[in-house]
Amino acid sequence: MAKKGDWVQIHNIVLPPEERSSALPEDTKVNPLEMWVKGHLTEDAEIGEVAEVVTRTGRHAKGTVVKVNPYFEHNFGFFVPEVLEIGDQVRRITFGGED
Amino acid sequence: MDNSYDAIMARKNEIIKNAVGMDFEKFEKPGIGFDYEAMMEATGYTIEEIRRVQSMFSIGNTPLIELKNLTELARKCAPEGKGARIFIKDEASNPSGSFKARRACTSVYQAKKLGYKGVVTATSGNYGAAVACCAAMAGLKCIVVQECYDSKGVGQPEIIEKARKCEALGAEVVQLTVGPELFSTVLQLLEETGYFNASLYTPFGIAGVETLGYEIAEQFRAKIGRDPDVVVCTNAGGGNLTGTARGLRKAGCSAKVVAASVNLSGLHMASDSQFNKKSFTTGHTGFGVPYTVNPDHSDVPRSAARPLRYMDRYVTVTQGSVFYITECLASLEGLEKGPAGNTSLAAAFCLAQDMDRDQCIVVQETEYTGAGKHLNPQLSFARQNGIDIHFGDPKDEIPGKNIILPAHPSLIRVTDLDLDHMRRSRIKRAVGSRKDELTDEDIRFLVEETNTNEQFVRDAVASL
Repeated sequence: MAKKGDWVQIHNIVLPPEERSSALPEDTKVNPLEMWVKGHLTEDAEIGEVAEVVTRTGRHAKGTVVKVNPYFEHNFGFFVPEVLEIGDQVRRITFGGED
Repeated sequence: MDNSYDAIMARKNEIIKNAVGMDFEKFEKPGIGFDYEAMMEATGYTIEEIRRVQSMFSIGNTPLIELKNLTELARKCAPEGKGARIFIKDEASNPSGSFKARRACTSVYQAKKLGYKGVVTATSGNYGAAVACCAAMAGLKCIVVQECYDSKGVGQPEIIEKARKCEALGAEVVQLTVGPELFSTVLQLLEETGYFNASLYTPFGIAGVETLGYEIAEQFRAKIGRDPDVVVCTNAGGGNLTGTARGLRKAGCSAKVVAASVNLSGLHMASDSQFNKKSFTTGHTGFGVPYTVNPDHSDVPRSAARPLRYMDRYVTVTQGSVFYITECLASLEGLEKGPAGNTSLAAAFCLAQDMDRDQCIVVQETEYTGAGKHLNPQLSFARQNGIDIHFGDPKDEIPGKNIILPAHPSLIRVTDLDLDHMRRSRIKRAVGSRKDELTDEDIRFLVEETNTNEQFVRDAVASL
């Protein structure tokens, strides 16, 4: 249960597949156009329920609650050994005397 | 009110007019053309005034840095006596972390002046952060609309980072799945909020970039005592190149202007399944080529970004080459910057090798870097998505299949796009079915649009 005032992310279908632009590639056209917005709940709601939020700009938006206290998880990725190799190579060529 | 896709699109012109405070109709000419310079002048700001406004926002006057070690590396790869001095304009030191601050600033300032309560912008790139940043300074509300996820809900790490930055600067971020209908969402938000459309493509935005070209000329003359020989601009929607080139011209600078894009040929920009197969979300040919030959398919009736009018050459580089040069910039110059902005650097590294040692080439931007928006997470994400990453010859790179990191820096090469072919495409698009109705004024417009001459335009029209 998310409480009134909680910061949540909501989800909406903006356009179902049949209402999408005709100029789309097939792999896109079979999917709906989806939207995610964040805001403070105006009433208590369960995850999966349609609820109303007030966004940072003060807009009222309705959608299915998908996350409570959403946060960012992006990072610097896994180790990529090639990056070190590039650095070593160009230092060697520039400063190490290779012609 | 009817908010179906078709109904919103039918209200497009009225919504845009209200949301930009500019009537684009008045610049239209009887035939196929419009008065571009009159539209640019309609901002009402001179370049001096824009510089003053930007300085109020602490934007501009970014350092011009000579990349001595990278120049040395290029000279080791170049024929005897070749290898121009490479300079970079450190635009990442703008408040929002990229040159886009210049582009956002004038729009936000105009919105504030006209009494709008907020701004809306459609962008998955650095421009969102720039609008959010300037809106924060101006005390305006801000909504950024992004194309962010594929249908499985997997987001491009670079775009997610920009969402984070926009939120950090106080903006509301609306995230969408893949598709050009993002535009109708923007229109709906403009109508709902009554905010200003801080479009990337209004005259305000492009006039804001002119200061970048102007500064390059000024700084170069102060530092080196003459004009640079070549200025390279990463090209996507065309505004970066257009604004920079206009600024160079206003400063009377003689430098050639080269456009550079990452080669993403073969990937469809509106494809859900290919969305996360690309490792660059901007600065690539998927935007660069269509916006060059058809600038007027943006979110304003007439785009102020018209790069074909200003580019002397248009080259592409590979994804692997740009990642490689990004690491070079960190390892040899101590400058850790975002990869997309280094597209022009990869091109300059190659172009410098064809130029004499006493010549100078300027890369006109850097961009900020951070989680998700850095070569390591972008390569890591590509590998997770089944992209084969290995050392080899970049000419064997196939976008969406592999990323080939150059086995040696001398393998970083540019590929020239056929500019005359693009000019003929531009003419074909502009003329449409009106080949037999063209007036002398139309021909003059096409000469300006393509930066060619009357003979070229008449020949191109005759071959349609």
